[in-house]
Amino acid sequence: MDIFIQQIINGLVLGSIYALVALGYTMVYGIMGLINFAHGEVVMIGALVALSVIKLLANSGLPGVVIVLIGLMAAALVCMAVGFAIERVAYRPLRKAPKLAPLITAIGVSIVLQNLAMLIWGRNYHAFPPILPNGEHEILGATITSVQIAIIIIAAAMMGGLILLINRTRLGRAMRATAENPGIAQLMGVNINQIISLTFVIGSALAAVAGLMVSANYSIAHYYMGFVLGLKAFTAAVLGGIGNLAGAMLGGILLGLIESLGAGYIGDLTGGFFGSNYQDVFAFLVLICVLVFRPSGLVGEKAAERA
Amino acid sequence: MQFSRVPSITLAVAAALALIGCGQKEEPKPQAAAPVAAPAPAPVPAPKPEVTVKLGHVAPLTGPQAHLGKDNENGARMAVDELNAQNLEIGGAKVKFELLAEDDQADPKQGTIVAQKLVDAKVNGVIGHLNSGTTIPASKIYFDAGIPQISGSATNPKYTQQGFKTAFRVMANDVQQGKILGEYAVKQLGAKSVAIIDDRSAYGQGLADEFKKAVEAAGVKIVANEFTNDKATDFAAILTKIKSKKPDVVFYGGMDAQGGPMAKQMKTLGLKNAKFLTGDGGCTPEFIKLGGEAAEGQYCSLPGVPLESMPGGKAFGDKFTAKYGQIQLYAPYVYDAVMVAADAMKRANSVEPATYLPEIGKTSYQGVTARIMFDELGDLKGGSVSMYQVKAGKWSYLETLGGDVMAAAKDAVAEAKEAVVEAVKATGEAAKATGDAAKEMAKDAAKEGVKAGAEAVKGAADATRGAAEATKAAVEKK
Repeated sequence: MDIFIQQIINGLVLGSIYALVALGYTMVYGIMGLINFAHGEVVMIGALVALSVIKLLANSGLPGVVIVLIGLMAAALVCMAVGFAIERVAYRPLRKAPKLAPLITAIGVSIVLQNLAMLIWGRNYHAFPPILPNGEHEILGATITSVQIAIIIIAAAMMGGLILLINRTRLGRAMRATAENPGIAQLMGVNINQIISLTFVIGSALAAVAGLMVSANYSIAHYYMGFVLGLKAFTAAVLGGIGNLAGAMLGGILLGLIESLGAGYIGDLTGGFFGSNYQDVFAFLVLICVLVFRPSGLVGEKAAERA
Repeated sequence: MQFSRVPSITLAVAAALALIGCGQKEEPKPQAAAPVAAPAPAPVPAPKPEVTVKLGHVAPLTGPQAHLGKDNENGARMAVDELNAQNLEIGGAKVKFELLAEDDQADPKQGTIVAQKLVDAKVNGVIGHLNSGTTIPASKIYFDAGIPQISGSATNPKYTQQGFKTAFRVMANDVQQGKILGEYAVKQLGAKSVAIIDDRSAYGQGLADEFKKAVEAAGVKIVANEFTNDKATDFAAILTKIKSKKPDVVFYGGMDAQGGPMAKQMKTLGLKNAKFLTGDGGCTPEFIKLGGEAAEGQYCSLPGVPLESMPGGKAFGDKFTAKYGQIQLYAPYVYDAVMVAADAMKRANSVEPATYLPEIGKTSYQGVTARIMFDELGDLKGGSVSMYQVKAGKWSYLETLGGDVMAAAKDAVAEAKEAVVEAVKATGEAAKATGDAAKEMAKDAAKEGVKAGAEAVKGAADATRGAAEATKAAVEKK
C-alpha cells in the first residue's frame, strides 16, 4: 500500500511540474492562439539564472529561503526581458503572417536560446546547492520532500492567481477582449501590443518560477533541460485543453499520474510483456484517445473559428 | 650502399631501437636518391610538399551529453596539436593534421548524417564516435568508404563484431565490463537480489544485458528490470517499483546525467540500503556533483586503469587540465586513438586510408591509457576494468579486475618477438645476426636496464657491421 501511495505522490509531483510549465503555454495560446515553443527554453533560462545568483550568494550568510527568493527575483526579471524580446523579435512582425510562420520562428528562437545558454553556462551540468530546507516527510509510509510539497502548492496557487487575473481584473478583461477579437479590442481602446507584451512577460515570469522549482527538486540545471520539459508540458496543456488554465493543471497532473502509475504497474499487470520502457507510449496513447473523443482537450472549450 | 657510409654505431643503435620499438623498418629515404635520378633543369631543393591529414572527430557537442562530447573533442585536439608540433614527415611530405570536429547529438540518425559528411569531405580517418548507438550505424558508412575508424569510448561489442575491418576501439568492450561488474556485485558487494535499470541506448542496454548474464550465471536473482531514457530526469516511478522488490544492489546502464540524479532519488525514496552500481558512463565528476550526498559510497567501473596508474597518465592529466580544465571521462582514450592513427600512418609511411589501414591492426603502441594492440576484430587486447567508489566526494580507486595485466605483458613480448622475426625475414639471411643481437639486447634491456643496453649495443654494432657487409655482398650479387 505504501508503494501505491508513493506512486500517487510521485505522479502528483511530476504532474505539478508539468502543470507549472504548461500554464505558460496555455496562457499565451489562450490570448494569442499561438504555441510558444520557446517557453521550455525560457524555463531553462530561469533555472540557470536563478542558480547562478544562488551560487553567488550561497556563502553570504543569508538564510537559504532569502537567497532563493533573491535568485527567483533575478530569474523572473531576466525571463521577463527574454519573453518580451522573443515576442518583439519573433512573433510581432509575423502577427499577420500565416499561422505556420510564427510556429517556425518559435522553434528557431528555442534553438537560439538553447545555444546561447550553452555559450553562457557551458555544457556541464549545474548542481543546485543544498540551501533549501529539504526535509523528507512521511505520509502513510510514503516520502515527500519539502520542495515537492512547495511545488504542488505553488502550481495550484499560480493557476488560481492566473484565473483571478484573467477573470477579475481590468488587465484580464483586456486580455480576454484581445483573445476574442484583436481588431475590435483595439477599436474599443485596448492597446493590444501592450497586452500581448504583458502576456508574454507574465508567462515568462511563471517560467522563471517553474525553472527554479524544477532545478531545486532534481538538483540539476542544464542548458538542454527545457526541451523535454517543454514537450511534456505542451502535451499536458493539450491533454487538458490548451488555452484553459484549469485544463493545464488537470492535464499536467493526469499526465504525471499516468506516467508514474504506468511505469510502476504496467510491468506487473502484463506479466512483464510491457515494461517501464512503455511509460511514454502509454502517456501518448491516453493523449491520442482523449483527442479523438474530445479534440479540444478534457476541459477545453470549442475553439471559435477565427476570421 | 647507403649503409656503409653511415657510421656503423649510429646505425646499430637505430636498428636496435627500431627493433625493440615496434618492428619498424628503416627504409632508404627516397628523397636521398632523388637528386641523382632527377635531371638537372628542375630546381633541386624544391620545398617539401605539405600534406593535410584530415581527421574526423564525432561526439555529441549539444544535448544532454555535450559535456562528455566536448571532453572527447579536447582529447583529440590536444593530440592533434602535439602531432603538429612534432613536424612529422610521412611519405616524404610534411604533414599537418587537421581535426574536423562534428556533432552527432548522441543521436544515431544524426550520427550517420555526420559520418556521410565526413566521408564526403574525404577524411583520412575518423576518431569516434562517443556513443555506441551512433558509432555502430556510422561504422558501416566508414567501412563502405574504406576509412579507418577508431573509437575511444564506444564499448558495445557489436561495433567490432560486424566484420568491418575499418572498425577499432581503444577501450575494453562491454562483454568484459558487464561480466566484471556482475561478478563484482555478487562477490564483493555480496548481492542476494539485484535490480537493473538501463537507458535503452545501445550502450546502456548492451552493458545491462552483459551485467545481467553475469549476475544470473552466479545464481543471483534479478528482481526488477526497469527502463528510462537518456534525456530523463525523473526516476521516482521506477525507483518506487524497485523499492517494493527490496534489492541489495541497483545497477544502472547509462550515462552520468541520469545516474547522478538517480542515486539522489533513490536516497530520497528510502532505498537507502541498496548499493548503486554503474558502468563507465557514470564514472565522472558530474555524477558526484549531481548525486550530491547520495553519491557517497556508490560504485562505478571504468575500462583500463586509473589515470594516475596509466603509463603517461599524470603527465597527460597535468597537460590536459592546464589547457582545458578537468578531465570528464574519455579524453585520454580519445587522445590515444588519434595517436594510434598517426602511428599507423608513420609505419605505413602513408596517410592514404587504404595503405595505412592494415598497419592499424598491427599496432603496438604505448599510449597514455595502456599498451594498445588489437585483436583480429579490432578490439583492444587484454583490456582490464577498474572499480571505483565515491569517498569524501571523489571517485577513489578500489581495484583492477580482469584483463590480466601479465597476459598483456606476455602479449607484448610475443609481439616484439614477432616483430624481430619479421625484421629478420625482411633483411634476408644476412641480417639474422642483427636480429639475434637485438633480441638479446631486448631481453637484457628488460632485465638490467640501460647499462646492459649499452653493452648490447656494442655487441649489436659488431653484428651489424657483419650484417652490413653481408648485405653489401648480397646487393652486389644481384
